[in-house]
Amino acid sequence: MEKQYETVIGLEVHVELATKTKIFCACSTAFGGEPNTHTCPVCTGMPGALPVLNRQVVEYAAAVGMALNCRIAQECRFDRKNYFYPDNPQNYQISQLYLPICRDGYVEIQVQGDERMKTITKKIRIHEIHMEEDAGKLIHDEWGDCSLVDYNRSGVPLIEIVSEPDMRSAQEVIAYLEELRLIIRYLGASDCRLQEGSMRADVNLSVREAGQEAFGTRTEMKNLNSFSAISHAIAGERQRQIDLLEAGEQVVQETRRWDDEKKESFPMRSKEDAQDYRYFPDPDLAMVSMDQEWLEKIREGQPELPSQKRKRYRKEFDIPVYDIQILTGSRRMAEIFEETVALGAQPKKVSNWLMVETMRILKEKEMEPEHIGFSPAHLTKLIKMTEERVINSSVAKEVFETMFESDIDPEQYVEEKGLKTVNDEGALRKTVGEIIAANPKSVEDYRGGKEKAIGFLVGQTMKAMRGKADPAAVNSLLKELLQSGNNG
Amino acid sequence: MDISGYTAIELGKAMKEGKATVQEAVEAVFAQIEKTEGLYNCFVTLEKEKALIRGARVQKKIESGELSGPLAGVPFAVKDNICTRGIRTTCSSKMLENFVPVFSADAVLRLESAGAVIIGKTNMDEFAMGSTTETSYFGPTRNPWSLEHVPGGSSGGSAAAVALGECFAALGSDTGGSIRQPASYCGVVGMKPTYGTVSRWGLIAYGSSLDQIGPLTKDVADCAAVLEAIAGHDPKDSTSMERENTDFSSALGEDVRGMRIGIPRDYLGEGLDPAVRKAVLEAARVLEKKGAVLEEFDLSLVEYAIPAYYTIAAAEASSNLERFDGVKYGYRAKEAGELHQMYKQTRTQGFGAEVKRRIMLGSFVLSSGYYDAYYLKALKVKKLIKKAFDSAFAKYDLILGPVAPTTAPKLGESLSDPIKMYLGDIYTIAVNLAGLPAISLPCGHDHKGLPIGLQIIGNCFQEKTLLRAAYAYEQTLKQEEQTYGKTI
Amino acid sequence: MADLISDKTIEYVGILAKLELTGQEKEQAKKDMGRMLDYIEIMNRLDTKNIEPMTHVFPLRNVFREDVVANSDESEKMLENAPECQNNMFAVPRTFEA
Repeated sequence: MEKQYETVIGLEVHVELATKTKIFCACSTAFGGEPNTHTCPVCTGMPGALPVLNRQVVEYAAAVGMALNCRIAQECRFDRKNYFYPDNPQNYQISQLYLPICRDGYVEIQVQGDERMKTITKKIRIHEIHMEEDAGKLIHDEWGDCSLVDYNRSGVPLIEIVSEPDMRSAQEVIAYLEELRLIIRYLGASDCRLQEGSMRADVNLSVREAGQEAFGTRTEMKNLNSFSAISHAIAGERQRQIDLLEAGEQVVQETRRWDDEKKESFPMRSKEDAQDYRYFPDPDLAMVSMDQEWLEKIREGQPELPSQKRKRYRKEFDIPVYDIQILTGSRRMAEIFEETVALGAQPKKVSNWLMVETMRILKEKEMEPEHIGFSPAHLTKLIKMTEERVINSSVAKEVFETMFESDIDPEQYVEEKGLKTVNDEGALRKTVGEIIAANPKSVEDYRGGKEKAIGFLVGQTMKAMRGKADPAAVNSLLKELLQSGNNG
Repeated sequence: MDISGYTAIELGKAMKEGKATVQEAVEAVFAQIEKTEGLYNCFVTLEKEKALIRGARVQKKIESGELSGPLAGVPFAVKDNICTRGIRTTCSSKMLENFVPVFSADAVLRLESAGAVIIGKTNMDEFAMGSTTETSYFGPTRNPWSLEHVPGGSSGGSAAAVALGECFAALGSDTGGSIRQPASYCGVVGMKPTYGTVSRWGLIAYGSSLDQIGPLTKDVADCAAVLEAIAGHDPKDSTSMERENTDFSSALGEDVRGMRIGIPRDYLGEGLDPAVRKAVLEAARVLEKKGAVLEEFDLSLVEYAIPAYYTIAAAEASSNLERFDGVKYGYRAKEAGELHQMYKQTRTQGFGAEVKRRIMLGSFVLSSGYYDAYYLKALKVKKLIKKAFDSAFAKYDLILGPVAPTTAPKLGESLSDPIKMYLGDIYTIAVNLAGLPAISLPCGHDHKGLPIGLQIIGNCFQEKTLLRAAYAYEQTLKQEEQTYGKTI
Repeated sequence: MADLISDKTIEYVGILAKLELTGQEKEQAKKDMGRMLDYIEIMNRLDTKNIEPMTHVFPLRNVFREDVVANSDESEKMLENAPECQNNMFAVPRTFEA
């Protein structure tokens, strides 16, 4: 009988913090400077330079830890991780091993349960979070025999979030990463972009026979910069390990590099890597001590988190779970939703505007919800105007697009541009009469049973009214006139 | 007028009174250098042109009254592991033969803003690892009292330069006795301040938790003046302390009545040269005559200081010196080929034997499986040593003893037996482990005419008490010399 | 305990510290390190049970910088110290095997 295997996955996620300056010096963390211009003696490892810790890094790390239900260490400390590599200017990375800032947290994710389509909540435990510095960038000259080092990214603050081996599938891994990203974005601690490297996930994976309790030997996979690369890498590594075991061979504990083009991974080991980092407490840095008062201040500064929001929305608003998921998918989106509803708009209507039109435009313009510029007050007005049939829905969409662009006041705009629906019965009757007279073919078709022909006539009327009529009113008026046979 | 016999303060005063100019002072030290440097080799780099240019500027400021401190216009030397912007800083190593720092050490900037004028960089044991200045890539420095003998180390160049009148004062660094021991061997005053008193910014690190910059001077008053100039909180050094009582010169006085001075029996036992023992005890009696209360006591744990020190210092050094890799600055092996070959050849060729010895030891004691047994054990021993000093300072204001077991050894005698050389640090090393301030000052000569050093150790932050006792002793000696003439 | 230092250990420490010793140097290093470790082990005579390892002599806490940019523009001068550089970057032997 064929053996069944279970995949066991733990993640090490590196997140670049959104500080203005590096972790141990006052150099800018901004992207895109000329090589080695955002550098100083500290982040290039000049002899005699010394690190001084950026307070904001500690606050962001603690905030993330709290949001991930961790214990925040009263005292934490930095250690040196020693290894030689050109992107690591001191040849040691300042990180935390012995006393990391956060421990023992968890994240709740929604995953598909065993029963069909039923989602269940699963806890992924966080082992620890620690602070550390990023390395510089190596650029490989395609023709030359050298690599070039740019230290602009050297010393950018990172937190590393280490999970327990609690995930069992790529689907769970992605749900975990999405939830982490969402939470950290809510906190404003990072923008968490996988492609740009401000969020990086290393996958620790092992397989074991179904029912077996002990873990198998794991490998660590690096260079995963999209969800699809992560999925492929998990599938690939799972199969590679199963093939090894089936062939009676052993999995070697090692670090592997995923090549997403070849859909293959390669071992990164070299005989020069002893993997013995000789960690010891960095004598150049003081202890970090977080008292209750400081922690309380950070806690008070925290926004309502996505999971809390989702729970509250389910209680407070009569909208589908699917809508809640989308609306809480960004802090800005949720804010607009809540403020618009607070101004009196009906939740489902607000939700529709955000989920349909807003998402469409964001996608078109390749924008993030964080960059939405229109105000809830204006959206409220727009919704009210459609409800009261002051404008029709296609005019409303047009107005919304302008509002999205430049946050105009829809009332004023409609007034100025003369976009109000014409509710003058006489004028409408007159135009409809003219359209019927001008389109005898369609009239005949309709009367001959082609009900669809009326659509053309509605369109013609709307066009003649420059879009300002209420299409429903036009439709019923047309029907009335055509049925009565009165065509003029 | 002949200013060469002046102390730094006397020279400063003469310049302020218009009796001498900065140019004359600079010319005077270079005239002396012309005479003696060829024999003694105190300097790695001399900067006469720069000194004259800067001297002229300082002269104007003295005349305008803008600079009125005791060190304005005083030519001084800087140990070559202390960064000086625009002046090469080699650590007496082939590795940094052509390294030019882009910034100056905080201590250098402070001295310069007090008007002192740098004339050059002094020779030292390579990367401050050694007790004889023989491990310098630029050849050994010789003892001013006898060409056959070593000047001590690692700040041997600074000590010898002061003794020879090649400068009026110098900066050194002290990790395990590297200021006090050469001061003792060369018959000058040298002081290691409380850890954190002088910023380490710009000091090329050897053992970061032990390193301190301090003065080497002609007498105690100069020592206090230089220390006062270089001490102070520096936000660029996370281990720098905020202290208020740094007006050290104000403490100079001869009243030591009631001062409780402990003499550790452990410092007078086996291995101590009888001549040194005699001189030190006589010095103690001088202070007793002036009203201090002497008592012998058991400090304990003395034999554990050296093993703990060499474990900690070597561990930190192995990490601190990783940055010397041929990538960003300094030596790079030619045609080294592949990256790791380049690293290995660069470091193997760029470092001398003693540096390699300590790096290897340090890498080993931090390596996987040995960290607890060696490094962590050493940190616990350090704690016990600190406790031993704490209980001593509960009883005594000061601790008095020899600086080194013997006077200066002959050139070539020490390096062949590292452990014997390390044992020479037995009385100085514990002070660094406990972060204490200590001074070395001349207290006589042996039958060969070589100077003997008296060490006075103070409790943390008690430099003033220390300086007062040292000053009182020195004044008595000066008076005796005036009365009876120099003993040799 | 000195026999703790085998050829393999010296080789291993060489990889960690990026030092390459010749045959004779290796023998010397073995001897030196063995003696040094023997000597260091004097520490084991001291009972350190329940003693907290002391990393800093003074218990300094919370030494921070505020998150304010102050770029120093020394990149050119820093690069002047580089053994090899190209396009404002430090050049090293190729790190990535094609």
